[in-house]
Amino acid sequence: MSARDRILGKLKATMPATAPALPDVGGWFATHRVVESSADKAKRFRACIELAHAEVHAVTSANWLAKLLEVLRAKQIDKLLVAEETAHGEAVLNDFPRHGIDCQTYDLPIEAWKSEMFQQTPASLTVARAAIAETGTLILWPNADEPRLMSLVPPVHIVLLDAGKIYNTFFEAMQTEGWANGLPTNSLLISGPSKTADIQQTLAYGAHGPKELVVLMIGDEQ
Amino acid sequence: MSEHILQFKPSEGFRARSKAVVDNPFLRQSFRGAMDFLMSKRAAQFPDSEELESLRTLGESIRQYNLAKLPTLLEQLEANLTRNGIQVHWAETPDEANAIILGICQARSAKLMVKGKSMVSEEIELNHAAEAAGIGALESDMGEYIVQLAGEKPSHIIMPAIHKTKEEIARLFADKVEGVDYTDNVDALIQIGRNVLRQKFLEADIGLSGVNFAVAETGTLCLVENEGNGRMCTTAPPVHIAITGIEKIVEKLEHVPPLLSLLTRSATGQNISTYFNMISSPRKPGEKDGPSEVHLVLLDNGRSQAYADEQLRKTLQCIRCGACMNHCPVYTRIGGHAYGTTYPGPIGKIISPHMLGLEATSTMATASSLCGACGEVCPVKIPIPELLMRLREEAFTAPHANPSMVGQGAGYSWLMTSVWKGWAAVYRSPSLYGVATWLGSRFSWLMPSKQGAWTSVRVPLKPAPRRLRDMLKERGE
Ligand code: SF4
Repeated sequence: MSARDRILGKLKATMPATAPALPDVGGWFATHRVVESSADKAKRFRACIELAHAEVHAVTSANWLAKLLEVLRAKQIDKLLVAEETAHGEAVLNDFPRHGIDCQTYDLPIEAWKSEMFQQTPASLTVARAAIAETGTLILWPNADEPRLMSLVPPVHIVLLDAGKIYNTFFEAMQTEGWANGLPTNSLLISGPSKTADIQQTLAYGAHGPKELVVLMIGDEQ
Repeated sequence: MSEHILQFKPSEGFRARSKAVVDNPFLRQSFRGAMDFLMSKRAAQFPDSEELESLRTLGESIRQYNLAKLPTLLEQLEANLTRNGIQVHWAETPDEANAIILGICQARSAKLMVKGKSMVSEEIELNHAAEAAGIGALESDMGEYIVQLAGEKPSHIIMPAIHKTKEEIARLFADKVEGVDYTDNVDALIQIGRNVLRQKFLEADIGLSGVNFAVAETGTLCLVENEGNGRMCTTAPPVHIAITGIEKIVEKLEHVPPLLSLLTRSATGQNISTYFNMISSPRKPGEKDGPSEVHLVLLDNGRSQAYADEQLRKTLQCIRCGACMNHCPVYTRIGGHAYGTTYPGPIGKIISPHMLGLEATSTMATASSLCGACGEVCPVKIPIPELLMRLREEAFTAPHANPSMVGQGAGYSWLMTSVWKGWAAVYRSPSLYGVATWLGSRFSWLMPSKQGAWTSVRVPLKPAPRRLRDMLKERGE
């Protein structure tokens, strides 16, 4: 008999005859969490993620590129990893080279350029699928265009977020978007730059992932 | 690298290890400081007691619901993971788990494994098994990296290096990391770790991680972390191996948000961790990174024994937040290493007997004041004090047929049981009590002045020269 059969056999032999009722998670969130207006959600999201040491800039669809350039200049970054097959990636690729920013694309499997990714990629730009106000969290679903390591390896990670896509809670995000019907290879919640408090409870940023997280929050055109 | 200095031998030297910490004011101060810090951070996260209580009740019901269906959910998880392309392995014992993991490594001729934080990998002593097989196993969680460099074990399940000061870590890095000079600047120390480990993430053949929640309905492995090392281990190397105890399973994805909220708030007082990573498959065609193979090892190691008993099953509700140890007056004084088990503190006392047997762990259940703090803070309402009482009973009553636990009666002593029986008999019978107190008052001078542990910090016990009942009789009352 295999280990699997032995383990399952033991558990089945002692499993309770009846299971308790399915916990009412939806009911709990309905009675315990505020539902806010879009403006309030954006405010709360921003306050929470800033508390976790992220940098947030409110931008519009007209000025985000200029803001991004300003952020890169302020940080003295002249190289940015972007995705080719996305609208925001193309916008950057069309505009930034003339400003002296070297735009790198993730067009090969990681095996072909792993050391370069780890050693010579100072910053990246990706898009957030949505966000969560309650905890100041970005939701990312990396894909073939914007692979997983883009949001992890470069020391500065810049994220574009549509302020209209902020949910109240993690629960609301997964329910509204029907995540239980299928999740991608890797989905992520990100709530600030990488950090640790493993040395004498002293908080330090940039433990393994990005040292800086910059959010460009695209809101109304005013 | 590791010299295997601190092997886990809970039964041996528990008192001596505890005493060593209690006698060291420096260590006591650092544990006290760290626990005060964690307790206040947790308290700040739960300002609303009604919300906390209702969320704990929800968390408890989610864990109990899922445990009630455990074997069915394991089968569902296996089917969905397999459908998603993740290979599932089962291990009854630590040796089996190590053999599975090393088998995967050997099939790829792997030289280096980078490890994210995983207490289950500590439980199976994977690092030593890997080293014996000629495979480097490098801890990449900063705290774990520090204790590994020091040749030690974690002293806390969330903050492995909590017993070390920054000066000690500075000396350790200067001694053991090539080309590093002494600095006790925390940012600089983290940078040193980051630089070493980044190179290893780049080179490693295998990434190993734990699992915080495995979701049966979607076939998803969830990981909670702040550093990004978990994401590195599960993304950068070509193979990812995850290992988890069989109990860390939920049926529905919607069960995750309440448990995640309870976990991060109880553990480190964060409203959420920096990263929450949900892995549902290996790299798909067209994707440019992520491992091409993902494996999950499901480990029993005594959990099915806990499962078999309705009361002991509650042990498996644990979501490994560490709050019980942060609030435990015993842990705060003796630290994590004194226990000599992978899991220290209150959770260690109730889970370790299932993993190691009561022969090795019978004293642990007695190392509690039963103050109840652990049960009060547990986010999933595990009645830890009640379970400790049960374990004391299992360990110290005479061995009988059909025991619920391996090692039942291991701490049984005929003499101790007889003394207590005699004590009970005396206190049940007024005449026997009369005789005993008469003898006690007459012969109180016979009491020795050294009475073992009692007199190490207290005056000797001595019956009063005159009995209360005699004095009352004299006063005519
Ligand atoms: S027993 Fe409760 S408090 Fe202790 S680690 Fe487990 S979940 Fe946390």
